[in-house]
Amino acid sequence: MNAHGLMAVFDTPADAMRAAEQVRDAGYSKWDVHTPFPVHGLDAAMGLPNSKVGWFTFLGGVTGYTTGMTMIWWMNAFDYKIVIGGKPMFSPFYSFPVSYELTILFASFGSLIGMFLLNRLPRLHHPLLKNRKFCQGATHDKFILVIETADPKFNDQETRRLLASAGSKHIEMVED
Amino acid sequence: MSAAAEHPVPSSVKIAPPPAELERQPLVLHNRSIGWLSDHIAGICEGEAPKWWLPALIISSTMMLMMFGCIGYLISTGVGVWGLNQPVAWAWDITNFVFWIGIGHAGTLISAILFLLRQKWRTSVNRAAEAMTLFAVACAGIFPIIHVGRIWYAVWWLPPIPNNYDIWVNFRSPLLWDVFAVSTYGTVSLLFWYTGLIPDLATMRDRATSKVKKFLYGFFAFGWTGSNRHWSNYEKAYLLLAGLSTPLVLSVHSIVSFDFAVSQVPGWHTTIFPPYFVAGAVFSGFGMVLTLLIPLRTLCKLEDIVTVRHVELMCKVILATGSIVGYAYGMEFFIAWYGGNPYELAAFKNRAFGPYWWSYWWMISCNVISPHLFWFKWCRTNMVFVFIVTIFVNIGMWFERFVIIVTSLHRDYLPSSWGYFRPTWVDVCTFLGSFGLFFTLFLLFMRYLPMIAISEVKGVTPQADPHHPQGGAKHGGNH
Repeated sequence: MNAHGLMAVFDTPADAMRAAEQVRDAGYSKWDVHTPFPVHGLDAAMGLPNSKVGWFTFLGGVTGYTTGMTMIWWMNAFDYKIVIGGKPMFSPFYSFPVSYELTILFASFGSLIGMFLLNRLPRLHHPLLKNRKFCQGATHDKFILVIETADPKFNDQETRRLLASAGSKHIEMVED
Repeated sequence: MSAAAEHPVPSSVKIAPPPAELERQPLVLHNRSIGWLSDHIAGICEGEAPKWWLPALIISSTMMLMMFGCIGYLISTGVGVWGLNQPVAWAWDITNFVFWIGIGHAGTLISAILFLLRQKWRTSVNRAAEAMTLFAVACAGIFPIIHVGRIWYAVWWLPPIPNNYDIWVNFRSPLLWDVFAVSTYGTVSLLFWYTGLIPDLATMRDRATSKVKKFLYGFFAFGWTGSNRHWSNYEKAYLLLAGLSTPLVLSVHSIVSFDFAVSQVPGWHTTIFPPYFVAGAVFSGFGMVLTLLIPLRTLCKLEDIVTVRHVELMCKVILATGSIVGYAYGMEFFIAWYGGNPYELAAFKNRAFGPYWWSYWWMISCNVISPHLFWFKWCRTNMVFVFIVTIFVNIGMWFERFVIIVTSLHRDYLPSSWGYFRPTWVDVCTFLGSFGLFFTLFLLFMRYLPMIAISEVKGVTPQADPHHPQGGAKHGGNH
């Protein structure tokens, strides 16, 4: 039976954050902290870089604006010209409101799709979700640090000692 | 990095606690633990339905069916079953549309603008308010579609599809802008609401006792495990969605107001409309949020989460936006006189003293007088009183749209095209039925989904702050 990783349960966000700082400084790479709400300061404690979701939003926004402007120009000024009050066939002003709405629409989809892509979600199965202790805590009131066995620095005894010294009261191997 | 851990406060330095009068009331009363929050909020969906829930659902779904019956009658017979005709060709239908879409604006204001302004109290009310937005937009969406007659052609003039003469829709028309604005608003509100729900659906999944529930909540939770690597992207996406929703919500009611302001009709052709409509929308939306939440906080025992302070803050928003609305009413009249356009002035005199004088003074008494009661603390903190005032706010804002639409149309330039609009029973039943749809959706929502954003409320408690003694910090300070 393969093991997914070593799980350490903490009771307070401060304990989990101190543990995360130690795990980060020990040089682990495949590990994570599971919390019921975003704990502020934990990104730095884990050494995570700034999220890249913004690029997807930007891409979505640019696509939306271009789509809107091109669509309106093509429909009202190229494919079937409509003369209204002798005004120019195309102007960026009358086409702005619709393009503006499409910018927001596409940028919102971009943010959400970007978030899911970067998080590798949705997934219907995760080894951690089979663990009773994990499910009772991670989305409720516990802070759970998991170091995967796939981590190059992973060593059963070493890692267990590190997590115990960080103050975890419950350390458990999670099956894959 | 934990600032408190790396730079401990030297013991010689004494940080005085803030003076008592500056201490704010906590957002969650009685120092409830974060575990209590998920137990209590998820418990609303998990236990047996409260006794009032089923009767309420039966009443509201009956009203909803009444609306669908009326719509069936309207479509099979024609728009003649409504009271509108020349010169009042837009009457209750567009009034209802603007009324419902305005209600929605408070949800987005709470979820997006208050998020950007870092108003932490929003966490207790944002989920219910966003759900309210979605359901209000659903109610709003019905009216413009059914008011056109021959609804089976709707596909030709709503989306950009060439009609039967091969002509595309006209993008110079504010009515088309409106189609894009409202559908974008509905979609983005849904995305925003759903994004907020994901962590709470995971909580529901992990608590579920039956296999079916576990599967369904798990399916919609998308495999969320609360991973901090995920939270990092999630929070960025949430922030960006809030940033996108803010200009969106301001644009939606501006564009709704363009439906009127871009026309040449005296009483509609005013530049004050966009800001005035947005303020009115937020005003009416907060009225509806409080109308829903004041009974619910008692019925579902949420007094510790939706506290008196939350209600008071929302009353202050009603006061602020209500004052803007009152100012806009005054300024409209001033400009009608100052602008020197006799038709404009005639339209406004007619509004206040013409055949529809009663609707105008309903609007003034509900929207201008009632919010100013909230200058007094007693009025803001007495729940029954606040509830009654919010009902008046809802009524007043419906009348505002009625006044703008009907009084401006009923007297055209030529006295031969003057008329008086009276609603028929179909008008009345369709409108009342839309409340049935709204309440049916809301009752189903509060029974099957967490009504309060569990993970967000947890995040604003002192226990959640790793720099607070209650969050486990060793060197606690007053951050």
